Amino acid sequence: MLNYIIRRLVSLIPVIIGVSIIAFSLMHLVPGDPARSILGEKATEAQLEMLREELNLNDPYIVQYGNFMGKIATGDLGDSIKSKESVASEIGGRLPATIELTLFAMTIAVVIGVLAGVIAAVKQYSWFDNLSMSGALFGVSMPIFWLGLMMIWLFSVELNWLPPSGRLSNDIELTKITNLYLVDSILTLNGTAFIDAFRHLLMPGLALATIPMAIIARMTRSSMLEVMKQDYIRTANAKGLAGRLVIFQHALKNASLPVLTVIGLQFGFLLGGAVLTETIFSWPGVGRYVVDAILSRDYPVVQSTILIIAIIFVLVNLITDILYTLFDPRIKLD
Amino acid sequence: MADHLPILEVEDLHTHFFTKSGVVKAVDGVSFSVKPGETLGIVGESGSGKSITAMSIMKLVPSPPGRIVSGDIRFKGESLLPKKEKEMRKIRGKDISMIFQDPMTSLNPVFSVEKQMLETIMTHENMNKQQARIRAIELLDLVGIPDAAKRLKNYPHEFSGGMRQRVMIAMALACNPKVLIADEPTTALDVTIQAQILDLLKKLQQELGMAIIMITHDLGVVAEVCDRVMVMYAGKPVEFSSVKELFDKPKHPYTWGLLSSIPQIHNRKERLEAIKGLPPDLRDLPKGCSFAPRCSHVKDECLIKDPALSEDETDHFVRCLLYEQEEKVTVHE
Repeated sequence: MLNYIIRRLVSLIPVIIGVSIIAFSLMHLVPGDPARSILGEKATEAQLEMLREELNLNDPYIVQYGNFMGKIATGDLGDSIKSKESVASEIGGRLPATIELTLFAMTIAVVIGVLAGVIAAVKQYSWFDNLSMSGALFGVSMPIFWLGLMMIWLFSVELNWLPPSGRLSNDIELTKITNLYLVDSILTLNGTAFIDAFRHLLMPGLALATIPMAIIARMTRSSMLEVMKQDYIRTANAKGLAGRLVIFQHALKNASLPVLTVIGLQFGFLLGGAVLTETIFSWPGVGRYVVDAILSRDYPVVQSTILIIAIIFVLVNLITDILYTLFDPRIKLD
Repeated sequence: MADHLPILEVEDLHTHFFTKSGVVKAVDGVSFSVKPGETLGIVGESGSGKSITAMSIMKLVPSPPGRIVSGDIRFKGESLLPKKEKEMRKIRGKDISMIFQDPMTSLNPVFSVEKQMLETIMTHENMNKQQARIRAIELLDLVGIPDAAKRLKNYPHEFSGGMRQRVMIAMALACNPKVLIADEPTTALDVTIQAQILDLLKKLQQELGMAIIMITHDLGVVAEVCDRVMVMYAGKPVEFSSVKELFDKPKHPYTWGLLSSIPQIHNRKERLEAIKGLPPDLRDLPKGCSFAPRCSHVKDECLIKDPALSEDETDHFVRCLLYEQEEKVTVHE
C-alpha cells in the first residue's frame, strides 16, 4: 500500500509539469502583449516596460518557464499583480473557506443522496422512487445561479431567515485555528459563532450540494438495483438476516464502488472552487479568487491557482483509489 | 429414523408469477413430504419449477411478481404461509437452510468468511462473538476445510470453488437445521469435487439427522444420494417414487427420456437420445397433458385430458394417461 502511494505521488510529477506548461502558456496564448492586456489601453510605454521587467517578460519563454517552475519548487507562487500580496498566502487564506463549503455540501449530498438512492432501489417504482428520481433529475438540470438567487430571495430577502453572503457576521468573535469556522467554533467551544457560521454555510452548502446529491442518488439507485439481484443477497435472505442488515450491509457495501467514484470526482470538482456558488453567496473561497484574477488578468494568481487545483484534484483521486480497497477486498493496489 | 412423522410437508402448492405478458404458473400443484434423515430428490429441466418450489418453502419468492396462490407448506405440522416476514426470518437459516448452485456468486465478495458465518450464528443463537467464532471454526472443520481457524479470516475469492461450497454448507449447517434445501449444489463444480461434496452431505446427514431436499437436473446425483425422488415437468410433479423404483421401473415417458439421455459407457450410440422439442411456455400451457407435444407415446386423448397423479401398490405415483384406468379418467373429466 505504501509503495503504491509513493508511486502515485511520483507519478504526480509529470502531471504537475503538464499542467504548469498549460498554465504558463496561458499568458502567452492571449493575443497581443501580456503587459498591454494587463494594464489596458491607457498605459504608457514606460509603464508597460516596467511591468515587462517586473514579470521578466523580456526573457525567452523557456527561461521564463524555468524561473516560474524554479520559484514554485521553493514554494514561492509569486505575487499578485493587483494586490501585491503573495499568492501563496492569499490562497492559504481562501482554501479553508472552499474546503469547509465543499465538506459541508458533500456531507449533505452523500448522506441524502445515498439514503434516497437506497430507498428508491428497495422500493422500486414506488411513489418515493418516482418522486426522488424526478427530484434528482430536476436537481441536475437546475442552473445553480438561478437556484442560488431564488434561495437568497426567499430565505434572506422575503423571510429573513438566513444571511445572504459571507462566512461570519461582523459582530461575531472567533479565534481562528484551522480557518474552518465550524471546526474552530467547536474547538473553542464558541456556540454563538458555531450557529452563526452554520447559518452562513447553509444556503451555499445546499445550493452546492444539489447537483452532486442528484448524481449520487441516481448512481446509488442503479448500483443497488444491480446488486439486489445478486446471488449473495438471496443467500443473505436465506440465512434469515434482518432486512436492514441485508440492504445496508450486504447490498450497500457492494453497491458503493461506483458511488464512491462519483463522490470522488464531485469532491475534486468542488474543491477546485465552486465558482458560481462562491460568487452568488460572496463566499471568500478559491473559486471566486480565480474568477476575479481571470477578470483582472492577474496572471501569476491564475497560473498558481490552476496548478494547485490540479494537484488537489489528483490527490482526491488518489484518496478515492485508496478508499476502494476498504470497500472491496478483491482490489489490490500493488 | 424414517418412521418419524414428516418434518416438512408441501401440499398442492401453486406459485404463480403475475407478469405483464401473462400468469406464469411456475409451480402448479406440487405435494410432497420429507422425514428427518431422509433425502428427497426433485428432478427436472430448467424452468420445471424445482427452484421456485424451494424458494416457496423459504417464502423467498420475489414478490412482486411472484406469489404463492394456494396450497400449504407445513414445518413440524405448522403452516408457514400465515407467518409474517419477521417470523420467517427466525426459521430461515435456523430450521430450514439452503445452499445454492454457484458458490462463486452465493457468498458476499466483500465480507470475510468469518463475518458471514458469525452473522448467521449470532442472528439465530444466543452466543457472543467469541463463542460464535469457536462454533464457526468447528463448522469449517466439520466440512473438511483444513486450517479452519486461519481460513476463517479469508475472503471468498481466496477459496477454490469446492472450498467455497464447503463454506456455504458450513454456513447452512450453523444452527443445526432440520431441513437442508440443496439447490443444484454440485452443478457448478468439477466432477471430482462434485463427488466430494455429495459424500460430505451424506456424511453430515448421518451425523446430524436433517432432512435434505436435493434439487438437481442430474439423475446421477439422485442415484447417489436420494431415498425418494420427484420428477417435475412444467411446474407439476409427473412421477414420484423411491429411487430404486424410478431407476428400475420408470413409468412416465418424460422420465424414460431423462434416463435415456444419460450417456452410458457400455452402450455407446452415435447420438444420445434427446427428448425432442422444448419445455412449454408456462404462461400458455397446452390443453391436456403438458408433456404431450413432446411425448413419444402420445395418444389423441392426451391432448385433451390433463391426467391426475395415479398411484400403484408400491407408492409409485405417475401423472400419465397410460396408467390411468378408464373409469378414473371419466370421473376426473
